[in-house]
Amino acid sequence: MGQHTFILNGSTVTVNVDDDVRLLWVLRDVLGITGPKYGCGINVCKACTSHINGKAFNPCSVQVKDIGPTDQVTTIEGLPATVGAELHPMQEAWLENDVAQCGYCQPGQIMAAVAKVNQVHAAGREITDADLDEIRNICRCGTYSRIRTAIRAGAEAM
Amino acid sequence: MTDLESRPSFARTNLRRRTFVGYLLGGATLAVAADLSLGNPAYAAVPSLPQISELYDLGDLQTDAARPTANLIRIVINTDGTASFELPRMEVGQGITTSTAMIIAEELDLPVDKVHVSLAPARPELMFNQLTGGSNTTVSTYTPIRVAAAIARNALLDAAAIELGSIVALLTSKEGVITGPTGASVSYADLATKAASPTTKAVSVTLAPRSSFSVIGTPQNRVDALAAVTGRKTFTLDLDIPGALPTMVCRPPTLNGSPQSISNRAQVLAMPGVTHVEAVGTGVAVRAATFGQCIDAVRALVVVWNPGSVEGESDATVLAKLRAAEIPLAVPAIPLLAQTIEAEFTFMFRSSAALEPNCAVADVRSDHATVWAGLKAPIVAQGEIAAAIGLPVDKVTVNVVTGGGSFGHKLFNDAALEAAKISQKMGVPVKLMWHRADEPRQGRVHPMATSRIRATVLLGQVLTFEQRHTSVSTDFGHGLGEMISHNLDKLPTGLGNLGFAETIFTLTQELPYDFGVVTQLLNECDMRFNTGSMRNIYSPDVACANELMVDRLAALTGQDPVAFRLAFLKNSRVKDVLRKVASVGQWGRSMPAGMAQGVAVHSEYKGATAVLVEIDCRPATVNRPITNGVTGPRVTKAVIAVDAGLVINPRGLEAQMMGGVSDGIALALTSSLHLRDGHFLEASWDNYFYTREWNAPLDFQCIVMPSTSEQPGGAGEAGVAASVSAVACAYARATGTMPTRFPINHDQLSFTVKPFVPPIPESPTDGLSYTF
Repeated sequence: MGQHTFILNGSTVTVNVDDDVRLLWVLRDVLGITGPKYGCGINVCKACTSHINGKAFNPCSVQVKDIGPTDQVTTIEGLPATVGAELHPMQEAWLENDVAQCGYCQPGQIMAAVAKVNQVHAAGREITDADLDEIRNICRCGTYSRIRTAIRAGAEAM
Repeated sequence: MTDLESRPSFARTNLRRRTFVGYLLGGATLAVAADLSLGNPAYAAVPSLPQISELYDLGDLQTDAARPTANLIRIVINTDGTASFELPRMEVGQGITTSTAMIIAEELDLPVDKVHVSLAPARPELMFNQLTGGSNTTVSTYTPIRVAAAIARNALLDAAAIELGSIVALLTSKEGVITGPTGASVSYADLATKAASPTTKAVSVTLAPRSSFSVIGTPQNRVDALAAVTGRKTFTLDLDIPGALPTMVCRPPTLNGSPQSISNRAQVLAMPGVTHVEAVGTGVAVRAATFGQCIDAVRALVVVWNPGSVEGESDATVLAKLRAAEIPLAVPAIPLLAQTIEAEFTFMFRSSAALEPNCAVADVRSDHATVWAGLKAPIVAQGEIAAAIGLPVDKVTVNVVTGGGSFGHKLFNDAALEAAKISQKMGVPVKLMWHRADEPRQGRVHPMATSRIRATVLLGQVLTFEQRHTSVSTDFGHGLGEMISHNLDKLPTGLGNLGFAETIFTLTQELPYDFGVVTQLLNECDMRFNTGSMRNIYSPDVACANELMVDRLAALTGQDPVAFRLAFLKNSRVKDVLRKVASVGQWGRSMPAGMAQGVAVHSEYKGATAVLVEIDCRPATVNRPITNGVTGPRVTKAVIAVDAGLVINPRGLEAQMMGGVSDGIALALTSSLHLRDGHFLEASWDNYFYTREWNAPLDFQCIVMPSTSEQPGGAGEAGVAASVSAVACAYARATGTMPTRFPINHDQLSFTVKPFVPPIPESPTDGLSYTF
């Protein structure tokens, strides 16, 4: 059993858990942060997509020992605070377009969308269909068309 | 043949301004109720000419099944001015909590966000009026919910008249406030207790006419949208039930195997976090502090397994059995000069798994049990769990949790039943989760099927159209089967002798064309698979086969596919949706070689859909590289038009059509299971290729047709069949070859098969290498 400290949604947390437990289970089973969902556990479905130091990652595939005390982990619960608002512009775009159906994949979709837009904007570009095609998050309800519309709208507001 | 509009008038179309009886319930705050079977009268005699499903379909069967045993649903007005309603159906993403809130808001003159719709737990007194399926929720609950809401509004008006010293006729209600002629007003919050009835009594009410609707028919966002986008929407695995620790099952290497003995139980029990290891019928269950530790324990278990149900079987051996079971095509008496075309189509096994894996929380004690799960047939679950753990039904509480998708999967209680057994054996509460790999390998599948069609044509007329659909047995054991057996004597003449599956087939399949002598027959064989009613049941396969043949018939008679369909379609609603997609989708526009349009129609759920797609089958597109992903042809554009009768929420309907198109693309092109040596090979979303962002249409349009109908139709499944058919037809046109096996890429095994022992893969540790 090891002690692990990192910054979660702006606050420092310390957990006592074995080194090799994947961060998803530290978040969900130890800390009760349930926004990131389990959909595969092997970094394929992307339902657990969250941010580490502002970049998208999948906590199902990262051991807790690989997260350091200065690492900033942001889950969907902490996304609005990154822009100091009630909701992130991408969440607003999601609401505006009524994207969610069952909703299970949507926290991961939104976190992936924000990171993708940041990546594209950092490269001085606007979102293209090719960028959207790179998003791997599964939506078994098939909301892809609304996701594409919402990401474009959210990107304009970011 | 007759159009829908000119058929004998059905009772349900004569509901305008009808008076209904409901109840004011005795209590401290205003509570009202209505019988859930209201407004859905049984049909009278069935004329012989049209096909059965045109007149009496699966929805009618479900509605009639509910009738003799239906019970009350109730709406409560709370002292904060909101209304509460427990819906005896399950929300899985199809939007029924939103549409139900809209229906109540309409009759109650209350803002939609002041109506709280939750999901009712298992209510055995409702008998089979608590099954979510067949896109039947709004069809069957629309009138009773309106009646209850209208009674509540009348009671509020009566109380307001006293409060305001006026008479009801002079009052207006709007947005939860009742205003009198002097401008004085009183809110529903103030009236909630004043309007309460000291005793329960029957009252009559007249429903608002459609012309007065201000909520129904307007686009509304989902009532749970904010919860979904903030991560606050609670699914079964998010529940915090005291003591219910993560639990998983080490499953057998072949389909439906079972554990014989555990070789290393003590070692696994000693692993970090692990609290319990117990064999159950389906495998060896482990319970631990985290799911990560469950995964490690499942992988560490050494188990001796009994053989499964399909040892040594493969796609080819099952297909051979299906072919042997086909009902022969009859040879109709046709003129010598008639041309005959015939084809056989094969539809491979598909997984109906949702993104949320099978899961349930169970707390089984010696004298009572509580279960939480996503269940579309909770009463059946309650009964089966009670029997399995040896408790009376009334000692088993089954709570229905909103589901992360269903697609037919949650008609079954596999996880709830398994969790209850595990909790009983371990003597502790458990939170059971299936691993993703467990879903395609041991979970419910859409059965493999063949469809043989023979049609004859003479002088531009189709004389005969025969279809023989042969399927691995479809499991309807979730209560629909009970409904049917319960209703056999009430079915129209001639249906009573058909088996369950044949009944469902007959009640859902409707060839919408005037093709002379039409016969569509089903045979099923092979009960050894875990199957179920995947979204739209038989229709995606049957319609795909039909519509490909319709294109061939059009070609044979030298006609344009749209013109040919319009010439032979029986129903004006189907013709209208077809004309709409042809117009919006610019049918017939020129496309480069390797690209083509496809069009298809479908009629079910008291409605009609048409889909037009454009597909790109050019090598540069087909071979576009996506790491670990299947690319293949791309549907670049999809236009879908839907006539779903009276539409409650067009925005929700459009969402369901979008999902139907995504499903149709996957069914036609990419998604299947491969059976080899007694097990399915798939174990990941990168093995089972449901539509991904890189396969999604770049251009999607949905047109919700205006309707004067007073009757809502079904939405959840209505978009699938025409979508898969249109994609198949477009592919045939783009490549010049009619596909006969679905999905089209089934022959390519596009992944490395994961091991079967241990049954689940290790979680990677290199996640930080893939940040973006």
